[in-house]
Amino acid sequence: MNLLNISGSPHVHSDESTKKIMWRVNMALIPALLVAIAYFGINALLVSAIAVASCVLFQWLIEKYILKVPSTICDGSAVVTGLLLAFNVPATVSMMWIVIIGALVAIGVGKMSFGGLGKNPFNPALVGRVFLLISFPVQMTTWPVVDGIFPMNFDVTTGATPLGAFKEGALPEGVTFMDAFLGHIGGSLGEVSAIAILLGAAYLCWKKIITWHIPVTFIGTAFVFSGILWLVNPETYMDPVMTVLTGGIMLGACFMATDMVTSPMAKSGQLIFGFGCGLLTIIIRNWGAYPEGVSFAILLMNSVTPLINRWCKPQRFAC
Amino acid sequence: MKTFKMGGVHPEENKISNDAAIEVMPVPEQMVVLMNQHLGAPATPVVQKGDKVKVGQLIGEAQAFMCANVHSPVSGTVVKVEPCKDAFGLAKPAVYIKVEGDEWMESIDRTPDIKRECTLEPKQIVDKLKEMGIVGLGGATFPAHIKYSVPEGKKAEYLIINAAECEPYLTSDYRVMMEHAEEVCIGVSILRKALGVPNAYIGIENNKPLAIAKMQEMARQFEGIIVEPLKVKYPQGAEKQLINAVTGRKVPSGKLPIDVGCVVSNLGTAFSVYEAIQKNKPLIENILTVTGKKLPSQHNYIVRIGTTYNDIIKHSLGELPATTGKIISGGTMMGKAVVNLDAPTVKGNSSVLVMDEAEARRNPETACIRCGKCMNACPMGLEPYLFSALVKNNRIEEAKEHNILDCIECGCCFFSCPANKPLTDEIRLGKNKVRAMMAAKK
Repeated sequence: MNLLNISGSPHVHSDESTKKIMWRVNMALIPALLVAIAYFGINALLVSAIAVASCVLFQWLIEKYILKVPSTICDGSAVVTGLLLAFNVPATVSMMWIVIIGALVAIGVGKMSFGGLGKNPFNPALVGRVFLLISFPVQMTTWPVVDGIFPMNFDVTTGATPLGAFKEGALPEGVTFMDAFLGHIGGSLGEVSAIAILLGAAYLCWKKIITWHIPVTFIGTAFVFSGILWLVNPETYMDPVMTVLTGGIMLGACFMATDMVTSPMAKSGQLIFGFGCGLLTIIIRNWGAYPEGVSFAILLMNSVTPLINRWCKPQRFAC
Repeated sequence: MKTFKMGGVHPEENKISNDAAIEVMPVPEQMVVLMNQHLGAPATPVVQKGDKVKVGQLIGEAQAFMCANVHSPVSGTVVKVEPCKDAFGLAKPAVYIKVEGDEWMESIDRTPDIKRECTLEPKQIVDKLKEMGIVGLGGATFPAHIKYSVPEGKKAEYLIINAAECEPYLTSDYRVMMEHAEEVCIGVSILRKALGVPNAYIGIENNKPLAIAKMQEMARQFEGIIVEPLKVKYPQGAEKQLINAVTGRKVPSGKLPIDVGCVVSNLGTAFSVYEAIQKNKPLIENILTVTGKKLPSQHNYIVRIGTTYNDIIKHSLGELPATTGKIISGGTMMGKAVVNLDAPTVKGNSSVLVMDEAEARRNPETACIRCGKCMNACPMGLEPYLFSALVKNNRIEEAKEHNILDCIECGCCFFSCPANKPLTDEIRLGKNKVRAMMAAKK
């Protein structure tokens, strides 16, 4: 007879795995990707494909030749980073090579330098994005103008995003709430359509990969804070609905602030985290140098996550 | 539907032996009776090599405070008194008996009549529980006479009978409810009388509708027995969680159920209490589930305590399937992997669970992604991921400060971990290190 296995209890497992979680996140990003392809055409598809391919390639190279550990590219986390990085840059031709640099920074500096998945203090895609924003300010703020559905041409006209235009003076003519909700506005590749992002977030909630805590407090805080400012002076400040529908708030709140690795563990901590992200975003948007502050807000809150984890403990039984 | 409030998981139930009526397992040729089949000190053997014993005769006497009597499950001659390795490889004092015939003590009532009246006073009931070697059959094997002697200054308000059977695969309590509902209710009434509480609550998970109906119908004939259907959620049958589900009370860290006015006993215990008090039958038999997904047949047996795992397997299956990967005593969540199939069963055993090789294998461990699933699953509101890191780095003091000793080892954390980290193993190690540290400080 065979030898029997011996182990501690429990002897069964839920069969949940990191790999399943990561591929489900990729699934959840597909609606936003489809909308991006519809509005920005072939450029969006190419930028995304290049970002994903280079993230996976860099991870494979670093694991094989520098860290000399078994490859983990199949777990899908590099694909998530690649997609999110692509979602955070404009869908333009020049991005097709710049995004490769972003992927190297995201994977190499943002993730692998800390020891790989699970050990990085900052969201890798945002590390890559902010690096590109500082290094290539012109290319990173040259936005294609949405012109009909699925444009096949590579050379597109460019224009300002609603946030950029507002920073300069006023919202572009004729941008409605519905445009912003569906995604018919300028902006980074994957952030334009609120509805597509919410669809993905709903899927993640259903699969119990994220909970409402971070997205709701993030968006809610941004809405309330910008609403107060707007009530004080509607001339200077953007109205709260437009505030949460434009720029990266939706994408950031649903997909990047909820990154398991870099957000707090306890529910109470997640509420603080979401609140901080919302507050910082509005502060940066209104009083900072950049028209958009989501990336910085999330990275700043990432940096205090270990502290939040230390303060916010789960409710103990009978305490 | 009542349930505990925090954490919990829902493993596949696999109650595949539900419909197998209880069969009687034949008595083997030789018996090994361990002297510590309970929580606490081992009983002291009171027989010697060459002594003749009858079924139900006292062979190990409880001399320490935390101890329970041990009786002979068979009749025959004592071959030797020396240590024997138990199912998990630990040597324990034992009495070996060569079986001859099946001669029972005259005091034991072996008639099938059901006796409802109990005229004993509470003190007499507790004394008789001690005499009959009754221990809790839910897993911890806590001596019943100690549990039912409520200390000065404490008052019992609730008696809770645990029939949740929240562990996957196990069906022994279910079969007892289906086949011995009346005896169980009498046993519960006796325990209620011993404690002097107005009501006893029998908590049953609602994946057992037939048992709930049967017990409800039977409970109507008795005073002060309330059947409480519970939501199917693991670990519904854990002591603190069950008290929380039934009464809403919470046992504080480091305290006992009696500190919040509760006493919890397993359903199987209630049945053995009936047999002990009404029929003078000591605890010499177990109801065991023999089950496994890949087994050709599923069984529930009444087994003499001391029958070896090999005897049980030989009788029920002939031989183990070639693909057997693991044998577990207990359920899949908290049961222990058996190391030694030559070892005898002991009081409190509830199953022989045969797992297939594929089922028995753990998935490879990957990096923690700090998803917090272990924390959300923990029914005690602890942080398993943190314990894992603290224990690995030998930061035992901090682990203690984060209440590692509150862990009930239910296994929900490891069960739900997407990185397959052996969190429960690491916490067990950590608890032992904390206890060692505390002992060293004293």
